[in-house]
Amino acid sequence: MAERVRNDLRAFAILAGMWIRVSWTYRTSFVVLTFSSLVITGVDFVAIVIMFTNVDSLGGFGLGRIAFLYGATAVCLGLADLVVGNVERLGRHVRMGTFDAMMIRPVGVLAQVCANEFALRRLGRIAQAVFIFSWSLTVVHVDWNPARIAVAVSMVVSGSLIFGALFVLGATFQFVSNDASEVANAFTYGGNTMTQYPLTIYPSEVVKTLTFLVPVGFVNWYPALFILGLPDPFGLPSALQLAGPLAAAVLCILAAVAWRHGVRHYRSTGS
Amino acid sequence: MSLIEVEGLSRSFTVRRRSGRFRRTTDVVAAVRDLSFSVERGEMVGYIGPNGAGKSTTIKMLTGVLVPSSGHISVAGIDPSRSRVELTRRIGVVFGQRTTLWWDLPLRDSFDLLRRIYRVDTERHRRNLAEFTELLDLGDLLDTPVRQLSLGQRMRGDIAAALLHDPEILYLDEPTIGLDVISKGRLREFLRRVNAERQVTLLLTTHDLQDIEQLCRRVMVIDHGSLVYDGTLSGLHDEGSSTRTLVVDLVDEAPAIEVPGATVSRIEGPRQWLSFPAGASAAPVVAAVAAAYDVADLSIQEPDIEAVIRQIYSRG
Repeated sequence: MAERVRNDLRAFAILAGMWIRVSWTYRTSFVVLTFSSLVITGVDFVAIVIMFTNVDSLGGFGLGRIAFLYGATAVCLGLADLVVGNVERLGRHVRMGTFDAMMIRPVGVLAQVCANEFALRRLGRIAQAVFIFSWSLTVVHVDWNPARIAVAVSMVVSGSLIFGALFVLGATFQFVSNDASEVANAFTYGGNTMTQYPLTIYPSEVVKTLTFLVPVGFVNWYPALFILGLPDPFGLPSALQLAGPLAAAVLCILAAVAWRHGVRHYRSTGS
Repeated sequence: MSLIEVEGLSRSFTVRRRSGRFRRTTDVVAAVRDLSFSVERGEMVGYIGPNGAGKSTTIKMLTGVLVPSSGHISVAGIDPSRSRVELTRRIGVVFGQRTTLWWDLPLRDSFDLLRRIYRVDTERHRRNLAEFTELLDLGDLLDTPVRQLSLGQRMRGDIAAALLHDPEILYLDEPTIGLDVISKGRLREFLRRVNAERQVTLLLTTHDLQDIEQLCRRVMVIDHGSLVYDGTLSGLHDEGSSTRTLVVDLVDEAPAIEVPGATVSRIEGPRQWLSFPAGASAAPVVAAVAAAYDVADLSIQEPDIEAVIRQIYSRG
């Protein structure tokens, strides 16, 4: 199993490296695309800043803390999108028959689908997220201690894994219906949009959904409560604030099982 | 144990189709039913059948791409659907209709990528690549991106790619489809060499019976998902109860020729066509005709394999 994962990661690196070299032959286009993705995602946050010229807080959170939440979820989504985002093209690979070609290689198909057309320009989005997150740390007061540092690190890792697992889970629908790529987007980009704001602005039913059903609350909200030293506004157990890695693990296992099931029931195309 | 062993292999697909405005019905279609055969190391086997007979489905199950509905497969001692990744190192696959190479990469880079993915050591890769480049005449194409290659060029590239990791078995799904006569000939020559010199076992599906006649001693015919013939190419003629034809040009027009062992199948002026079993000798028929009639000319038409196979299909 561990051997298998190592082999897949190695192949991912080889294939992704190849796509980076290919995109680098069109240097200008690469730079323009990366820069424009930086600008477009940047404008997104500007809208929130403009909102704060009219209000002082949203759901009890000031601009600094919202930047913290926004930056955290955006970094996680950006990393997940960079590494496994291409899985949403699964349906196209099935239709074109490239999926068959991947199945005859000595590498897991998931690694190959994800590495295919690996686009480093997505770093633009991550750069913007890192920038906003870093800025928020200069504004928000955090009493850093080893536990909070550990949770901050695990927030980025678990959060990325949660979004990554959602990308894969959503993509497995495409084994059933080739053009179901929007299913995944509803959970990933949709989840990201919701967690950009403090969950206090939503009714508690929504919060429970984002905790137990589509657990994107663990991407940034619960770790943020811990790092910022805030009590849970909904009175939910404080253990949830440390449960990010568990949520990520459960979701990853689900995604792995669903993917395996999809591959075993793969029907290929004619001829 | 044989290199490839297949027993009681079946695969069905559920097909949903609209029947009415909102209603859908589900049909189960059997693509392959109860297939059993084995292939020994070093064989070259032709796998033929009409469109939709189940050829590609079989190949996909043998490679692990599709999981069988029931039955048992062992390829080089490995169950393809359980240990697909392990099996990939021992087999090479060419899908004639589509490439397994990277569209945007020059052939050379595609090959190098495969070398790293399959972990072929550099020296062996260099040697194999040099050999295939020469035999498949790829020298001028190595730096061309795959998308700019012609069909025949791409096919040669794909075949080289499938062999670079020294597989024991090479599956070819319609390798000569769409190729011109010269390209087909060169490809067959190459495959013969690969089989003879590298002891690679070949299993190829095709529509082109010349592929079979020139390459394979053994033929498997599949129709409607079932194996209807498995044996030598010459045996196929007997199986199909095929006939040879004696074409007789008489000096004058005459009523239908009557000789023992042959029947007239067609008359056109002074020319008559006499059919007799492919297994029988032509000599007594020729002698009988020459003795009884004034003959201007004679010729014998060998049964063509396509007709034989058509006969098998229509019977099955």
